[in-house]
Amino acid sequence: MANVLQIGEYTFGSRLIVGTGKYQTFDLMREAIIASGTELVTVALRRVNLDNPNEPSLLDFIPKNVRILPNTAGCYTAKEAIAVAHLAKAAGIGTLVKLEIIGDQDLLWPDPIETLEATKVLVQEGFTVMVYTTPDPVLAKYLDKAGAHAIMPLGSPIGSGQGVLDVEAVRRFKQRVSVPVIVDAGIGSPQDACLAMENGADAVLINTAIAQAGDPVMMAQAMKWAVEAGRLGFEAGRMPKRQDAVASSPTTGMIAAGQ
Amino acid sequence: MRLIINGEPRDLQNVRTVKEMLDVLGVDHQTVAVMVNGEIIGRTDFDHGQVQENDTVEIVRFVGGG
Repeated sequence: MANVLQIGEYTFGSRLIVGTGKYQTFDLMREAIIASGTELVTVALRRVNLDNPNEPSLLDFIPKNVRILPNTAGCYTAKEAIAVAHLAKAAGIGTLVKLEIIGDQDLLWPDPIETLEATKVLVQEGFTVMVYTTPDPVLAKYLDKAGAHAIMPLGSPIGSGQGVLDVEAVRRFKQRVSVPVIVDAGIGSPQDACLAMENGADAVLINTAIAQAGDPVMMAQAMKWAVEAGRLGFEAGRMPKRQDAVASSPTTGMIAAGQ
Repeated sequence: MRLIINGEPRDLQNVRTVKEMLDVLGVDHQTVAVMVNGEIIGRTDFDHGQVQENDTVEIVRFVGGG
């Protein structure tokens, strides 16, 4: 099939991945997921509240045609992240996982050493591993070599909405790795998503920019179109930039007025 | 029997298996994953997985996240 996002054995028609955190209600989250057109949503794994053990389950509000991507958010070591991946698998979600290991609490910046180590282990164990990482092209090559199924550089710190601070990083990644490059974290507005896609990102992952928008459902729709527009723009191939003006109209055959 | 469940000590009566523990706690088996002393107990093993005095148990489920 042409123009699909292929991650390991999984195929997606949409190039927008949506997070499920920070929504005011599960119903609103569901509406936003539907409006976004996404086929893949991230979830986290946390302790059950034993004072209210059977509160409504997030999973009940995720449309049936949308795949679940458990993340290892909150982990600070490879060991913790591997355990969370195993737990997610035990919970019956399968072997797709977003690997996220943080090395700096304030920046929520990925720990490259622990991330590479966990990637190696999880790939060997048969997981399909989507790796959240720093925008470092050398690390990207190591992750690719380790068998990562998608490599996901941050655009800017998680939840910051600062956009894609180094869009060249996307191009550098694309030149150096064989698997999809997905800009994850920092996208604040549709133009940020479009910019990432125009520059060759295979997909973007967005949570806060949709969940915390004034109208999350409308923003989800906007992000859907931004991703599609950016992708089309990338595939169409943009015109080269030039230093000086070049007329769009013919410069010959001008009328002689007033002479 | 005293278990440390999700970081809190709890006294549960007449509990030998993971299934019995979840039932006593009122937790739906279908939505959770369980780890006992660091070992994951698969959902199909809830009936057989044993819990013993002073075991450390984690009961987790999916929540919203990015």
